[in-house]
Amino acid sequence: MVRETFHHELDKLIGNVLIMGSMVEKAISHAVDSFANLSMEMAKQVIEGDDMIDQKRFEIEESCLRLIATQQPMAGDLRIIISTTHLATNLERMGDYAAGIAEINLALQANSRLQTLADITRMADIGIDILHESLKAFVDRDSNKAREIALRDDEVDSLYHKVLSKCISAMVEDPRNVPVATRIIWVAHKLERISDRVTNICEQVIFAATGAMEELDSD
Amino acid sequence: MNGKIMAQNINFYYEGVQALKDISLNINPNEITALIGPSGCGKSTFLRCLNRMNDTILKTRLEGKVLLDDADIYDPKVDVVELRKKVGMVFQQPNPFPKSIFENVAFGPRRQGINNHSQLCEIVEKSLKAAALWDEVKDNLKKSGLSISGGQQQRLCIARVLAVEPEIILMDEPCSALDPIATLKIEELMHDLKNQYTIVIVTHNMQQAARVSDRTGFFLMGELVEFGITDRLFSRPKDKRTEDYVTGRFG
Repeated sequence: MVRETFHHELDKLIGNVLIMGSMVEKAISHAVDSFANLSMEMAKQVIEGDDMIDQKRFEIEESCLRLIATQQPMAGDLRIIISTTHLATNLERMGDYAAGIAEINLALQANSRLQTLADITRMADIGIDILHESLKAFVDRDSNKAREIALRDDEVDSLYHKVLSKCISAMVEDPRNVPVATRIIWVAHKLERISDRVTNICEQVIFAATGAMEELDSD
Repeated sequence: MNGKIMAQNINFYYEGVQALKDISLNINPNEITALIGPSGCGKSTFLRCLNRMNDTILKTRLEGKVLLDDADIYDPKVDVVELRKKVGMVFQQPNPFPKSIFENVAFGPRRQGINNHSQLCEIVEKSLKAAALWDEVKDNLKKSGLSISGGQQQRLCIARVLAVEPEIILMDEPCSALDPIATLKIEELMHDLKNQYTIVIVTHNMQQAARVSDRTGFFLMGELVEFGITDRLFSRPKDKRTEDYVTGRFG
């Protein structure tokens, strides 16, 4: 009694999560590139591309519902499907953050980045990296790896506080910096939230792998 | 907590072939306990140990103890007929007697010496109501038990068991010959009955075990691999073999 068809469907579902993950990684990367280069064209692409991420989310959730309704999954299979619905929601929200950064870029209208560019880029790089790694841990059902990945959220948090203090100093120094500094803070905040969402994904990896519902620290 | 039934180190042999290997299992009162596992794993054999139905098969041997309310049912002094009155059984195929619906249910009480008609009527009505069949057959009690649908026949068999006021009901794949609606009715009935009875069900249908039972035992090749709370066994099994079985990765 080997359920080949069902397990093939399950593999396809996980494949779809990986596709959605790479769409989100690309959106974050492009959003931050457009921030760095003040590329309005790229910012618009990210905003428009968010619809496709939203659609992917519904497609994945639909597949999960169908598999639950028609295949009555049990144990590890059931947990994978439930985690997948959470992953889709978290990825969709990460896509929204990327689109949000792109929208801020459209309103930025200034060349100065108040010396935060390296920090912002680093935040995005870590975010993309841990997102990638968390999805790999999901595929491997590797709960230990998930715990390790979640720890890296601290690096993103400290970069966020660094950007915040640079922006506050710039605003104190010259009130004309307020519009750009505020927007940079928004960008950094969205990147910080992206990293928190990766922590949520890591929690789901642990659930899928072990069945334990664990809260990993994330501020 | 002591179980209603406590099986202790049960080994069972059919003509020297070991079918059960050192099974220890507690069945709690007023719970539904499901036994699952692939064909030939020993789950039905184990069920049949609980009311000594295996005694009817030649060249079998049992080691270990089965305690019902702390008394060993394999004690030579035990009256097997009395035991089976306490531990009723429902089989895979509905097997009503070729008698009227009324007589099917009244059969057990009559054997117990109850012949007063109004008392029998009372028992029949109560049992058919408890088996959720009364409303469907109350105007046709003289009809043959064989003339009603399969699902109704199975509920009639349950009513027949209830009529002798058992404490435990053993069910050996009671829904395997029934359609989904009839199955649902039996499952709802089990849910109602567990307030009053202790139920042990053998089922091939894992979803059914997941739906109806409080605890589930997974048997494999004569061993009890895992036994625990149903919700947990189907969502977070501890043993890899259970995980493989419930997710269909066996074979």
